[in-house]
Amino acid sequence: MLFTSYEFLGFLLVVFIMYYLLPGRAQWSFLLLASYAFYFMADPRYLIFIAITTASTFLAARAISDKKASFDAWFKEHKKEMEKDERKAAKAKAHSLEKKIFLCCLLFNLGILAVTKYTNFTISNINSVLGAFGKEGTLSFVNLIIPMGISFYTFQSMGYLIDVYNGKVEAQRNPFKFALFVSFFPQLVQGPISRYSDLSQTLFEEHRFNWQTVSFGLERILWGYFKKVVIADRILTSVQTIIADPDTYNGWYAFAGAMFYALELYADFTGGIDITIGVAETMGIKVTENFIRPYFSKNIKEYWNRWHITMGTWFTDYIFYPISASQFMMKLSKKSRARLGNNLGKRVPVYLSSFIVWFTTGIWHGASWNFIVWGLGNFVVIMISQELEPFYRWFHSKVNVAGTFGWRLFQVIRTVLIMSSLRMFDCYRDVPLTFKMFGSIFTKASLSQLNVQSFINMGLTVADYTVVFIAMLILVIVSLIQRSGSVRGKIATLAAPVRFVIWYGLLIGTIVFGAYGIGYSASQFIYNQF
Amino acid sequence: MQKKLKVVVAVIVTLAIVITTLFLATKLLEPKYMSGILEGAMIQEYYDDPTDHNVVFIGDCELYENITPVYLWEKYGINSYVRGSAQQLIWQSYYLAEETIEREHPDVIVFNVLSMKYNEPQKEAYNRMTLDGMKWSHSKVDSIKASMTDEESFIDYVFPLLRYHGRWSDLNSDDFKYMFKRDKVSFNGYYVRVDVKPAEDVPGGNPMVDYQFGDNAYHYLDKLTKLCKDNGVELVLVKAPTLYPYWYDEWEEQIVDYANKNDLTYINFLELQDEIGIDWNTDTYDGGLHLNLAGAEKLSKYFGKILVEDFKVPDRRSDKKLQSYWKGVNERYHQEIARQRSNLEKYGSVHEPEENQ
Repeated sequence: MLFTSYEFLGFLLVVFIMYYLLPGRAQWSFLLLASYAFYFMADPRYLIFIAITTASTFLAARAISDKKASFDAWFKEHKKEMEKDERKAAKAKAHSLEKKIFLCCLLFNLGILAVTKYTNFTISNINSVLGAFGKEGTLSFVNLIIPMGISFYTFQSMGYLIDVYNGKVEAQRNPFKFALFVSFFPQLVQGPISRYSDLSQTLFEEHRFNWQTVSFGLERILWGYFKKVVIADRILTSVQTIIADPDTYNGWYAFAGAMFYALELYADFTGGIDITIGVAETMGIKVTENFIRPYFSKNIKEYWNRWHITMGTWFTDYIFYPISASQFMMKLSKKSRARLGNNLGKRVPVYLSSFIVWFTTGIWHGASWNFIVWGLGNFVVIMISQELEPFYRWFHSKVNVAGTFGWRLFQVIRTVLIMSSLRMFDCYRDVPLTFKMFGSIFTKASLSQLNVQSFINMGLTVADYTVVFIAMLILVIVSLIQRSGSVRGKIATLAAPVRFVIWYGLLIGTIVFGAYGIGYSASQFIYNQF
Repeated sequence: MQKKLKVVVAVIVTLAIVITTLFLATKLLEPKYMSGILEGAMIQEYYDDPTDHNVVFIGDCELYENITPVYLWEKYGINSYVRGSAQQLIWQSYYLAEETIEREHPDVIVFNVLSMKYNEPQKEAYNRMTLDGMKWSHSKVDSIKASMTDEESFIDYVFPLLRYHGRWSDLNSDDFKYMFKRDKVSFNGYYVRVDVKPAEDVPGGNPMVDYQFGDNAYHYLDKLTKLCKDNGVELVLVKAPTLYPYWYDEWEEQIVDYANKNDLTYINFLELQDEIGIDWNTDTYDGGLHLNLAGAEKLSKYFGKILVEDFKVPDRRSDKKLQSYWKGVNERYHQEIARQRSNLEKYGSVHEPEENQ
């Protein structure tokens, strides 16, 4: 059930009405039912996968929590009787069992994710290696189903497990409440990857109908649909045409394709998240924000703090920090400092950890070398950016441009260009072609190559491009206003007729100028496939 | 109290603005079918005719381009209407018949059997041309449900704006001119054409894997038969005398069998074309797919006689109300014929140059 389908809107309406008709204490149970119904409608087989992840994580977390609690109680009682070494040994013994449970559950669930998503990718690579030795197509591909949103709900569940293991959160005692945390339908298909400590605060609470909350939620949903159907799904046609025919569309067109895709991806993903957050908000549930105007970032590091925030922090908290602080890295740090000197040596473990994080980030996005190279591309750009820090400092000491509008604009444009170039790996069928198309921007782009008719031949009319341009301007204006606080909050202070004109104008604009229905290909949200 | 009143007024005003603007947007963006493809406007015109018809023709272009109710009126005094639309499928014909019988109870319903070859929904564009023009009723709802292709949604029929929103970039002067009015495009459902394009090199039928009409098509033919019998309406099955699409002998056998088993009259005008006097050099405007005015009047003359003699359809030319109604139709009919003939002379086409663009 696509977010942009009538079925979803109908489903939402029924859930919303029922949610507020039910007594408060039954609301979360109803949401669980609705979430499983939502997943069931996508494919009944998916339920087996999510149920297995839910049950295994719930049981493991509870076992870890119980072990911790019983050990703490025992330890409290007996610690005075023990020597320091004995205390340490007792702690290590108890921790060892917790660790075993934790690792079993972690590997089991990541194993499910790996098998469903990466088996054919692995087979393809093995075949390529065997092919290099003259053995063509040795292993055949397997037909596995990839449950919708598996990357998101697995990461969300594992985040919870790690937090319980680290003692950051108490394990949930109610299996159904935990099942709701894993399967909460608005965020099931494309995130955000919520933390248990954040989402659980409002997910299980009773919520009475509150007009302001509901209207804010509806406004957010509408804004999400505007981005998705007016911008993303309309520019999609040009993006697809450019990607499908690299022989024709290279040079400036490859550049245009990269820009169009950057716009499409932003409008698509942030639109989807707006719908997710808006749906939750109408029911009084607060879902973590996932974007803070990322294309306004001054550098790539900042960009990643503002784009897909919940994924970024997940990788930082659950992969980067544990790896950086691991005994192996400590030893590596020591050795590299001894061999390469303090300045260079201290960077080795950081960069190695960072490399692992970006490799994982890449492969999390999809089972293909394109995503892996895209992830590593980000790593390289960030690394270069960090290495150039002294140069930037020197430059700013000589040229006084920092803080000026022109410099800030340059930084923003630079970020957009770099990120859009890296995103070309999302588009083209393989890594060599992506490099070729990127190279063509510099080798084949000439002004004589550009003509309006070529853009029209991509499947959009001048009117379509005009709509996309105007909608993009609205997007930029809203983002600029947003820097000084909630736009919905500001609109709420305006006179009722003005508010009506704004929101109703947006509704009519979305209905009339949206690319949906017959004549437009029904487009999934891009992040649904991750 | 005053605050509550203010809220109520605000809600009412808001709703009124929302409904009005959505209505206006729908009216503007809906296709008008007032030039070019006129067939999309024909189903709706039926409701403008206040008279009760003795004969209603229901089916595809093999009826609305081949039978002229004006001629039937003038020659025999038969008050008839063609509820035809492009590629009208048999379930759509059934629901149109159901609606017609509920509205006016004709003596005879004539159904063209070519649509038996379709067993499943076909094209959304053709569905729209039949269904959009129907007034809302249980027949329309059922017809939509039976006709929808996989890409269609029922809600798009309820709120046409959701279907036609994308027309904002194709709007032309017709869309503004005909927002709240329509011109008549047919003559009691007949689509008139006076030009001639002789039938030459008409392709024969390609061999088919299976000639059997589908279960769904038979299901609706059964329903149509039962509907007419239950309501005391005479159902006449016909095959129009057009050369293409090809009418296979195997199809003919099935219809003959069906008519015999169900005690229905079936007339294959293809086999009677010599008796009717159709000359394929002069009586078709598109090489044998459809008859032109000359051909349609020949067929109407022949069929009218059958309707009068075999089905005792009354001559109602003495009915004052009908006289007045048909006078108007007749005037338009002859004006249109004159216009098309004049255009033919001036431009070599029945259409004005801007219509051809």
